[in-house]
Parts: sequence; structure tokens; C-alpha cells
Amino acid sequence: MTTRIDARFARCKAENRPALVTYVMGGDPDLATSQAILNALPQAGADVIELGLPFSDPMADGVVIQMAGQRALAAGQTLLGVLGMVEEFRRKDDTTPIVMMGYYNPIYIFGVDRFIAAAKAAGVDGLIIVDLPAEEDEELCIPALKAGLNFIRLTTPTTDDRRLPVVLENTSGFVYYVSMTGITGAAIKSRAAVGEAVQRIKSHTDLPVAVGFGIKTAEDAAEIGKHADGVVVGTVLVDAVAKSLDDGKATERTVAAVSDLVADLAAGVKRARG
Amino acid sequence: MDRTNSLRNGPDEHGRFGIYGGRFVAETLMPLILDLEHEYRAAKADPAYAAELKHLAIHYTGRPSPLYFAERLTQHLGGAKVWFKREELNHTGSHKINNCLGQILLAKRMGKTRVIAETGAGQHGVATATVCAKFDLPCTIFMGATDVERQMPNVLRMKMLGAEVRPVTAGAGTLKDAMNEALRDWVTNVDSTYYLIGTAAGPHPYPEMVRDFQSVIGTELKEQFREAEGRLPDAVVACVGGGSNAIGTFHAFLDDPDVALYGAEAGGHGIDVDNGHAASMTGGRPGVLHGNRTYLLQDADGQILEGHSISAGLDYPGVGPEHSWLHDTKRVTYAPITDNEALDAFQLCTKMEGIIPALESAHGLAQVVKLAPTLDKDQSVVLCLSGRGDKDVESVGKYLGMLK
Repeated sequence: MTTRIDARFARCKAENRPALVTYVMGGDPDLATSQAILNALPQAGADVIELGLPFSDPMADGVVIQMAGQRALAAGQTLLGVLGMVEEFRRKDDTTPIVMMGYYNPIYIFGVDRFIAAAKAAGVDGLIIVDLPAEEDEELCIPALKAGLNFIRLTTPTTDDRRLPVVLENTSGFVYYVSMTGITGAAIKSRAAVGEAVQRIKSHTDLPVAVGFGIKTAEDAAEIGKHADGVVVGTVLVDAVAKSLDDGKATERTVAAVSDLVADLAAGVKRARG
Repeated sequence: MDRTNSLRNGPDEHGRFGIYGGRFVAETLMPLILDLEHEYRAAKADPAYAAELKHLAIHYTGRPSPLYFAERLTQHLGGAKVWFKREELNHTGSHKINNCLGQILLAKRMGKTRVIAETGAGQHGVATATVCAKFDLPCTIFMGATDVERQMPNVLRMKMLGAEVRPVTAGAGTLKDAMNEALRDWVTNVDSTYYLIGTAAGPHPYPEMVRDFQSVIGTELKEQFREAEGRLPDAVVACVGGGSNAIGTFHAFLDDPDVALYGAEAGGHGIDVDNGHAASMTGGRPGVLHGNRTYLLQDADGQILEGHSISAGLDYPGVGPEHSWLHDTKRVTYAPITDNEALDAFQLCTKMEGIIPALESAHGLAQVVKLAPTLDKDQSVVLCLSGRGDKDVESVGKYLGMLK
């Protein structure tokens, strides 16, 4: 069966451009605004959506995404709330893939089987769980794959050729290459090294390879997108939400702040190979 | 030796103690954790490594630490004989140095050029800064901003030892937040940096490694008690935050069913008070945080709670995974001790034995105060007196109204 993720990467490939993968935090700064941001993403040019599941202790995230998670939690966001956002989104969009991204504990506490069933029903396509490496595949990865959800794995500069096959074994949908050893929001050190790393991963897999961490501008997206099948942008979008707020509350600028930036980045990916 | 039915075999090859433990870390760290495990196995098999560690234990730490009969306290409590395993007499004033020496030798073997650590009460931070001074490695200590305030003497010690102390303001500014920040630093500087975890928690192999380095406590204790009394103690007690001194004390006794083992958790304002304690086993449930599955203080949606204790070394919302397993299997009895009970025990020990205990260790003592009177006079209970209380005199003075 062709999944929404497969179909979308295939379409982008046919258009000879990388996919624009956009990350937003589910429930930031509040549920209604976050829903409006999410709903506006495809129109603005997002090809794939990563929807953050807020967690109290995001150990791999920089301060921008930490704060977004705290805003969402303070506004009462829960795992069920994030799934509800996906369900609402699917009423109008049945083609844009949504990947839930977060940490394992809220899912573990919700119950793995119950979560997989609820995520499928809501219209989630894949999962990125930062603190579940290949060594813990029995926890969630394998049950999720069996249920037909994609499990997207992060590979990093420390994942060497010896380890790559282990990491890729149960990966599906696409491979997320983390461009640096670091937390979200830091700056890319060498674009050339990223290009080489993407080629190295591609020699091990036929899956599309998307690159994330440190992509901040349309120019970054165009450069990185020369070699990658997708570029992931997160922190700058979340930061756009933060900067639009007034005393922590959404303003009339909030939704447009994200959409405008996504439109700009989408123009970047379109000229990546132009 | 046939260890088929032993409780001392854990963890398994996946780093699990029953369902607890594991390696729940970002991919960036995974290759390093596998390297670390490999290097640790190699070091364990290397007689030169063991010899160096032993030499340091004797000449630098001052081991073995004495086993002391607390005569006045025994009379006062009117039951079992009370003994202290005096880890507070170690160099740097707590058991933490045992683990730091073991790990700094590993860091050197691995060619790492920088060390980071998290600290709550500052005992582990001081021990880390100490070994980094001795072995000439730069170090950065992450410490919650709240803890920086309430443990100023230790902050000054770390700085004088040459460490950079980085206050962490995220969350409540305590040990959990310090650990998050240390993990963020580690993931960023993974090539050069060794993360010297201070408690028997975190991703495999840390819980096993820290336990092994701390097991010297229980091994010595067993031998010393046999010399003193010609048998095994009836009960052994230790405080539990992350649980490094406790697992180090208990491990030698796990296969001795006649020795009752007690872990004193931080009961804070009381187990019934929301967010008012840090007793993860009595008041929490299993979850995944900081690289391992273990008992955690958390809400219904799996968000981690902060926890509270008068003791900065105990207010961690989790606990080492081996303790979670020992709790489930009921080999160890974990009981909460409130702030006030710990304060009372602190004063009792100070006045009756002339020993100022760390507030952490005072939790263990409070458990002894409850337990000893229920036992016969010919029985014995041993407390791991894990740290000295010099660092706490100011905050205890405030609680007691001796300072303004």
C-alpha cells in the first residue's frame, strides 16, 4: 500500500525538488491557534508536517522548542489533544502526511497499543520518537510498523557505516538525517559535510533522506535541498510563533507569521535544483 | 559460583533489570554509549585498571571507611545495635568519590578531553571537580539554580577546584533540570566529552557501572561486620535519591535473605501532598526518562513532576532502575521519610554522636530511628552514612530558626 508519506516524496521527486518538511509544536501557544497554524501549512507550501507532542523534559531540544512545549503544556495540551488536532486537520486534507514527533514517556503512559490505534484512527502517518533508538525497537517501533504506521528514524553524524544498517533496518517512510551533533536550533557548521553524509546514507537505503537541524532560511533550504530529498525546518517556525505573541498570548499576526515563513521556505526548495 | 538464582546478575545484555533500565537515548548518543560499555568491559578485565583504582581508593579516598558502633544512639533508641558505615569520612565528604575515580580513569582510557556532570546537593559536583583537578581535565558542572542557592559551600568548592558551574534555570532549577541540560551539552559535544553521571541511573551501562564502583561500600561493610560481630547484620539502611549509595550498600547483601534492606526515600511534606515529595517508588509509577525506564513522579499524561525534598540530593523525580526492580520484587523495602523526620534525625546524630550527617543521610537515619526500637538488643542495623553535613549547616540553621 502506498502511504501518504511515500506518495508525497514521489510527487516531489517527480517535480525535481526536495520536500519541505515543517515542524510545529502541537498546542502552541493554545489549541485553537495551533490548529489554525496546522491547517494553513499545506496551502503555504509544506509538503510534510511534523507535529510536536509536548513533553516536560525535551532533552534533545534547544530553548526555542523547550519553551514552545512549556507554552503548550501550560495551555492544557495533552496527547489526546494533539491527536484531536490531526483528526480535525484530516477533515479537509487527506493527502498531506503528518508525522508525530516527541518523546516516549507520554506514549508509554497512554499505552502503546491504545496509542497506535488512536493515532491510526486520527490520520497520523508516522512517528519520530527521539529517545527510542534501534536498540529499543520492541517498545513501539515494531508494533507501529505492524499497524501500518511509518517509523522514521534519526541518523546523526555519529551513526557510522557499521551502525547505519542497524538504524535503517526498521526505518520506513523516510530517513531523518540530523545535520549536526547537537540540539534543535543550533547552526549548521558545514553544508558540504551534510551533502556527503546524505550520499553515504543513500548508499545504504532507497528511502528518501530528509535533512534537519540548523536550516533557518530559504537559502539554507535551497542549498541543503540540492542533495537531500527533503529539508526539515522547525526552530525558526516555532520562533516565529514565539515572536508573534503578546504577553504569551496569540495575536492576529501569529498564524500568518508561520505561513509567510513557510511560503518563503517553499520558494527556497523550489529553486534548489533550478 | 552458581549464580542461577542470584539477585546480583543484572542487568541483562539489553541493560535491563526486569522491565527497568534500557537505553532510551537519542541516536547521537547511542554509538558513544555502546563504546562506553565496550570500554568498561575491557577495563574490568584489565588488572592494571583495578590496581590503579585500588591504589587511589586507599591513598586518595582513604578507604576502607570505618564501621562505627553508635553507642549513645543505640542506648537512646533502646533496641538493635546501631552502626554507621562512615562514607562521610571519604575524601570530599561523601561516597560520590568512589564512582568518580572509577569513571575518570575510564574517561582517560577513552581519550576524552572534557568532563561534564550534573549535581543536586553538589556532592557529586565536588567529587567530579576533585578528580578533574587531579587528572587535569576541564570540567563543567550543571546545577539547578535553586540548588546553587541552597548549597553555596559546595558551589564555592567546585569553583575553587577549577570547575565551571553552570546554573540551570529551566523548570524548578533542581537536579532533573540539571540532568536535562547536561544531556544537551553531551549531545552537542559528544566527540570530546565524557559525561560522568553521579547516580546509578541513566542509560545502560551507567546504572551497572555506578553500582559496581559503589559496591565497595557493601563489600567492605560485610567484611567489617563479620570481624566485629562474627555474622551478618540483621538490617541495612541507606537513603535513596537516584540511589547510588543505596545500591552500593545493598548489592553485597542481595543474596542474603536474612539481611533486611531498607531504602529511605524523600517524603518531603508527606506522600499525600501533591508535588510535595520526591518518593518516586512510594508515590510514582514506571515511565521513561533520562535514558531509562524506572519509577517516576509524573502526571496522568506522562509529564514529569518536579518533586520536593529538604535535601537537594534527593529531590529527583526518578530513581535508579535496579531499585525499581528491587522494589517490585520486594527484596528491598522502600519507605518515605518526611523533611521533619530527617531534620530530627540530623539533630539527634549531631548531638548524640558528634557527627553532622548530610541531610540525605539523615533520611536513612530517620528510618533507623523507626526500625531499631522494633528489633532485639542482640540484633544490629547498619546505616550507610553517605555524606557529611557541613554543606547543610546553613540551610538547617535557617529551618531551626538559628539564622535569619
